[in-house]
Amino acid sequence: MPILRDTGDADNVAGQDASAHELWPVVAAVPDPEMPPLTIADLGILRSVDEIDGRIVVTITPTYSGCPAVEYIEGLIADAVIETGVPADQVEVRRELSPAWSTDWITPQGREKLEMSGISPPRTLLDGTPVRIGLIACPQCGSTNTTEISRFGSTACKALYRCNDCAEPFDHVKEL
Amino acid sequence: MSAPSDRLLTYVLRLADDNLILGQRLGELIARMPELEEDIAVANLALDHVGQARNLYQYASELDPEGRSEDDFAMLRDEREFLNAVLVEQPNGDFAHTMVRQFLLDAYQVPLYRALSDSADDRLAAIAAKAVKEASYHRDHSSSWVITLGNGTSESHQRTQTAVDALWRFTADLFAADEVEDELVAAAVAVDPSAIRPAFDATVADVLAQANISMPADPYQRLGGRTGFHTEHLGHVLTEMQILYRSHPGVTW
Repeated sequence: MPILRDTGDADNVAGQDASAHELWPVVAAVPDPEMPPLTIADLGILRSVDEIDGRIVVTITPTYSGCPAVEYIEGLIADAVIETGVPADQVEVRRELSPAWSTDWITPQGREKLEMSGISPPRTLLDGTPVRIGLIACPQCGSTNTTEISRFGSTACKALYRCNDCAEPFDHVKEL
Repeated sequence: MSAPSDRLLTYVLRLADDNLILGQRLGELIARMPELEEDIAVANLALDHVGQARNLYQYASELDPEGRSEDDFAMLRDEREFLNAVLVEQPNGDFAHTMVRQFLLDAYQVPLYRALSDSADDRLAAIAAKAVKEASYHRDHSSSWVITLGNGTSESHQRTQTAVDALWRFTADLFAADEVEDELVAAAVAVDPSAIRPAFDATVADVLAQANISMPADPYQRLGGRTGFHTEHLGHVLTEMQILYRSHPGVTW
């Protein structure tokens, strides 16, 4: 199954039939309800849009086992597909756990959007191991002189940090 | 002797029930923690555990010859049908107690899920590969608290030692195995509890040493959770957790 196709990149969607191909940008534009500047494609949770036996099948992967937004996102995806004229009973949203989502799947565009929204993007993992590269920079002033103030934050995927230079607190997307 | 599919169902329920009952215990603490950051932390821990439980119950539902739903498993089984280890049903106690209980479970779940992500059962492997990342983060959090409290004031040290002394007797139950594990281990589906025990022991020894907390001398171990013989506390947990669903069967929100 194709994984992590970028929206708008014709090469990446080659091989899909026309209908699923046309729907990819529609589904990819669905916003993440907890971080609305990011789309589900930016977040890397959209795996594929396929046409299987005449039905549109969208496959996503949850960020955390207990992510409370998954069911809501599934509803948003179904609504977006139905709005293009696909009958409601021809739309299916599937959840796939494997391979497990990683913050490394957040696209460069998604990371940029996080920073612009004042959220520090996750550091890169080395082959999925919890070896983190680099420092956590303040999304306001860019200083890497930052302190973790809470390991858990406003949503399952974030921790809370403070910048020691500009004194602003900020959300950081936890490496996973 | 039960059929192979029944054994897999039992194994999945054992894994699921650990998470649901601990998730429920942690949920009791929301809005009751000593500081805001820890209040958010217990809510997040609970969310991960309940999420892992849901993934497992959904699989159990597909395996179940009676076709029970995930809600049926959580809300309509009685105490003797729950298969969690007795550690997770223990009361929250004070903050040290809550964190030591969390740490002991995390020290078990990290090697468990890591090994289970290589299971011959693709579904279990997928659930575990997702869960191991969450369990590692939990362990980082709980172990740092055990170390902080152990090296804090004489009061926090004493409370942490008391918690370890009180909870250690429930740890062997995490590793209890019967023919369910034996046969599923032979089929490369389940994790052999004895194979992950050294990793658990090493983590516990390392963290307790850093915390200046001694290992309990009392060798007594209370077993039975995996076959439904629980301590008096589980019934109370279930009463509170299940009352709404049982009073209004089929309720949704």
